[in-house]
Amino acid sequence: MPQDVPVLSVKNITKSFSGVPILKGVSLELREGEIKILIGPSGGGKSTLLQCMNYLVAPDQGQIWLDGEEICITKKRDVYAYRRRVGMIFQDFNLFDHLTAIDNVAIALRKIKKISKKEALIRALKELEMVGLADKGHLYPAELSGGQKQRVAIARALAMDPEVLLLDEPTSALDPELIGEVIAVIRALANKGMTMILATHQIGLIRNLAHEILFMEQGLIVERGTPGELLSRGNPSRTQGFCDRLNELYDEN
Amino acid sequence: MELSPFYQELISSLNRGLLVSIALIVPSVLGGIVIGILAGSVRVFGVPWLRKAADGYAAIFRGTPLVVQLFILYFGLPNLGIYFTPYWAAVVGFMLCSGAYQSEYVRGALLSIKRGQYFGALSLGFSGVQTIVWIIIPQAVRRALHGCGNEIIYLIKYSSLAYIVTCIELTGEGKTIATEYFRFTEVFLVIGVYYLVLVSIASMILKKIETKWHIPGFGLH
Ligand SMILES: Nc1ncnc2c1ncn2[C@@H]1O[C@H](COP(=O)(O)OP(=O)(O)OP(=O)(O)O)[C@@H](O)[C@H]1O
Ligand SMILES: [Mg+2]
Repeated sequence: MPQDVPVLSVKNITKSFSGVPILKGVSLELREGEIKILIGPSGGGKSTLLQCMNYLVAPDQGQIWLDGEEICITKKRDVYAYRRRVGMIFQDFNLFDHLTAIDNVAIALRKIKKISKKEALIRALKELEMVGLADKGHLYPAELSGGQKQRVAIARALAMDPEVLLLDEPTSALDPELIGEVIAVIRALANKGMTMILATHQIGLIRNLAHEILFMEQGLIVERGTPGELLSRGNPSRTQGFCDRLNELYDEN
Repeated sequence: MELSPFYQELISSLNRGLLVSIALIVPSVLGGIVIGILAGSVRVFGVPWLRKAADGYAAIFRGTPLVVQLFILYFGLPNLGIYFTPYWAAVVGFMLCSGAYQSEYVRGALLSIKRGQYFGALSLGFSGVQTIVWIIIPQAVRRALHGCGNEIIYLIKYSSLAYIVTCIELTGEGKTIATEYFRFTEVFLVIGVYYLVLVSIASMILKKIETKWHIPGFGLH
């Protein structure tokens, strides 16, 4: 359960693209083992926030602390070291197209952590096993299904032993029948106490996993609370309304 | 069967010319690839002034006839005190011209790699340079291979322009014989066969490399 010192904390992040403000001062904290879920309408800035949290997109303003230490974006080495400790999962997987599944997992171990090839492969295989893909290591991304690709991407991030995982709509690019396998992996991570922030529209994850829901709209977190607070029947919260509409969508399909 | 004196002389001249052609082609191909990779990478990743310089280089060498470039190298540069032997004038001209075309293929290949590949690498802690070395270049090489191979095959054929700067290679040797015996059709048919063989060997090597480096999803076939 959540402890007192935040693992990752983000203060007052702002970001504009060509003069249009996309993030207007977002702050949040993740405590160890905590799972926060970002929801909200498309274009609200969820992806931009997660990318700023990993400095893949440079925030215009704001601070980020990892384990109580501020990460200075102008110090490139610090940023690289920071990214090693913060895993990121993307909507469209971003597996390295020229590497097999196992090499996708192993390459950062070898080139970044400078682990020997043999040990890197052993570790990579272990991570692939955890996501149920031990027998697919020799396949290239083009030979994997979407769900398998996302599971390899998760294995790749976990191989770096991240302290926090940022997940940007990990199931949105998947066919409905493939979503389950990825959700199962995320649930297993949650059970192991992984600290995560997750943008998703999966109602099941929102209800069952979230310690806190952050409702984001037009570059701001406009509502936050536990699923119990925000999702009780008849609650007038934006979150409840949004989730109702998600429910309707899924009922229709 | 004895060959007639004409054919004996033709074949021995052409073989001599062939060696010169190969001596022109091999360094030009390698130099062209190195220049192409450097210029192509600079045109994508370089700081603005460097990028503009590389763009300018490619525009000039793709925008002017090779004959003009060779003339300037061999007959023009001596006015500035820069002298090349015929052989080196040809090699330098071929390298620069081929490099310009190669840079175009390299640039296209680099630009075709999606932003997500950079994101994937950076998110794991790769630096910019490490991302380019370990992730982007191995993919770009495969994307560029086909175009670059094509350019190599062109180069084999335009190496015949070396005679312009009095470097006598395959075509030059053949021309001398043809003029001497006034038997143009036969001579140039045989020269054609020589080039066909050269190009076929190059194609085979390229095909081997393409097969060896083939990865599912990099649709070359
Ligand atoms: N690189 C960029 N350049 C310009 N505009 C951008 C860029 N990235 C995002 N935006 C804009 O920022 C806004 C927020 O985008 P973002 O992807 O963060 O939203 P989101 O909440 O993740 O939406 P979705 O649910 O559709 O994924 C959008 O209007 C988008 O067009
Ligand atoms: Mg998004």
